[in-house]
Amino acid sequence: MNKHTILRSSSDQVSFSLEKKSIIILPTLLLVSFILLILGLSVGSTMIHPWTIIEQILGSGDSDYTFIIETLRLPRMLLAFLVGAALAVSGLILQGIVRNPLASPDIIGITGGAKVAAVLFITYFSAVDIKWVPVVAILGAGIASFVIYLLAWKKGVNPIRFVLIGIGIDAGMGALVIMMLVLGPYYSTSEAYIWLAGSVYGANWFDVFSMLPWLLIFIPIAILLSRRINLQELGDDLATGLGSRVELDRFILVSISVALAGSAVAFAGGIGFIGLIAPHIARKLVGRSFASLVSVAAIIGGLIVMSADVVARTVFLPLDLPAGVFVSGIGAPFFIFLLYQNRNV
Amino acid sequence: MNPLLIQHRLKIAGLVIGLCILGLTFVLSMALGQVQTTIRTVIEAFTNYNPASTEHIIITTTRISRSSIAMVIGASLAVAGALMQALTRNPLASPSIFGINSGALFFVVFATVFLSTNSLLQLMWIAFLGGTIATIMVFFLASLGKDSLSPIKIVLAGAAITAFFSSFTQGLLVIDQQGLEGVLFWLGGSVAGRNLEMLQTILPFIVGAGIVALFLGNSINIFTSGEDIAKGLGQRVLLVKILMSIVIILLAGSSVAVGGSIGFIGLIVPHLVRLLVGIDYRWIIPYCAVCGGILLLLSDVIARLVIIPEEMPIGVMTALIGVPFFISIARRAGRTT
Repeated sequence: MNKHTILRSSSDQVSFSLEKKSIIILPTLLLVSFILLILGLSVGSTMIHPWTIIEQILGSGDSDYTFIIETLRLPRMLLAFLVGAALAVSGLILQGIVRNPLASPDIIGITGGAKVAAVLFITYFSAVDIKWVPVVAILGAGIASFVIYLLAWKKGVNPIRFVLIGIGIDAGMGALVIMMLVLGPYYSTSEAYIWLAGSVYGANWFDVFSMLPWLLIFIPIAILLSRRINLQELGDDLATGLGSRVELDRFILVSISVALAGSAVAFAGGIGFIGLIAPHIARKLVGRSFASLVSVAAIIGGLIVMSADVVARTVFLPLDLPAGVFVSGIGAPFFIFLLYQNRNV
Repeated sequence: MNPLLIQHRLKIAGLVIGLCILGLTFVLSMALGQVQTTIRTVIEAFTNYNPASTEHIIITTTRISRSSIAMVIGASLAVAGALMQALTRNPLASPSIFGINSGALFFVVFATVFLSTNSLLQLMWIAFLGGTIATIMVFFLASLGKDSLSPIKIVLAGAAITAFFSSFTQGLLVIDQQGLEGVLFWLGGSVAGRNLEMLQTILPFIVGAGIVALFLGNSINIFTSGEDIAKGLGQRVLLVKILMSIVIILLAGSSVAVGGSIGFIGLIVPHLVRLLVGIDYRWIIPYCAVCGGILLLLSDVIARLVIIPEEMPIGVMTALIGVPFFISIARRAGRTT
């Protein structure tokens, strides 16, 4: 039985296979996301009836809650969703390149670079507008990844070397962050620490529209390149034999992964684990074909961060905790469960 | 690659020279700091103590405890690192892999936030407990299923437990921001501001574990040749694994309890030592103890000198020394694969 549908452009330049399962799973996931979005919009210090929210979105409701829904909650939830999606796809691509299901941008130093840059900025340049933190963080992620790539280069980049050096750089970045936290002034220390924990607190529409282009550009590119990622997973020798320009492809794919992870960290700080868990769940749902994996992983990543943020801001009212704490609070047990499940492999 | 010291006599001579260097660094680390003294003053402070001299007081109170703690922690971290690398057959293993640091940190933060404990001695026991619990969890998780305690399983379980504890620590610290200031030094590691009493409390554990480690040398040699071979040679592999783990928990746990998270010593030193004496663990373990002590003493001296009048957290110092080293190992390790 053929479980795949092949989509191919007329020139044969682009082609990808979709698993038939994903035709059912994708709409279901979208529906779940929508329901969660409505539910998330309705809870908080002011409870709003879900029906009112639907009316509001359709533009026919009364305007009592306009401010709460449209200015406070909606951009925050959307940003959380986008951040989760970006991290999930970034992790998925990395796992493909490294051929190891345990790689993720926060383990191999990409987000570490962003953290150092952001904490440096928050601690020592807080006189400058805080709005620049995202730009600085993306720059940091870019520089760190470039350094990792450069150090891992030895007539080409071996994936294992790439991961190991990434872990090393990440440790170094962690030390720098701690140094700045310890030596920095107290006020900025706690601000930096909350940023590190990962939060979408105070997100506005400007953030959403600055984050959106990154996904709109890089996720479609990832889907278009899915054939090359499938080749990378076969191993360098086989991929070369099949006519793939392995090094070039790898460079392009790493860049996409960095762009996605960097932008996510820039807007939401250090949210971990999504890049690791979301691809796993996606694989359980739709198997191995990359094109369906990308979209499913993106939605799942978005769902997790969005729901974690809703929990984080409602459970301990009036405290508004960073979503990142809850993401790893859920993520770590899940990871342990994965280990337990694969105990006989 | 051949080690530098091959003959037995050379190895013994090397150890003696190492001990001399250790003694020298120890004295040096008591002399240098914000208040500069000379080596002669240090010696005088012990042979001819003068209560009126500020320098003598500094040396006999703060500096001596700081230097002794740095030396002991350095030695035990290095030995723990060597055992971990043998146990996991992973050249990049170090205490943080076993979740020891994160477990200790979580328990310390928990105690300061909820039980408002702030006596260093109590916190030390709490940290020790936390490190031990985290390690036991890692071992339990890694021993499930078939080929239990395989290197990759230990590493993965360690990563998961570390993340688990870190996220809770982060949550607590975000809720209670006053607590952050109090525990930052655990994050950065520190050997300052502790008295000799703390060292005396943990010393029996460290010495006991160290002696067991020395006796394990031969068994570890057999163990590292592969589990199947070790079994074939009649070794009780499980027993060796358990003994090694207990030694690791005692050494690394007490180091974390006193000094917070000081990374990379356990990673670097065993590699340097292997360059010197090869792969025989009967030699690696004593050499690690000596070299670990030297390295942490030196790092501590540098950490207090680089940004006078402030001090660099020693964990940051060791990381900054350690990362380039780690990368060079990783570059070499990548060649064979």
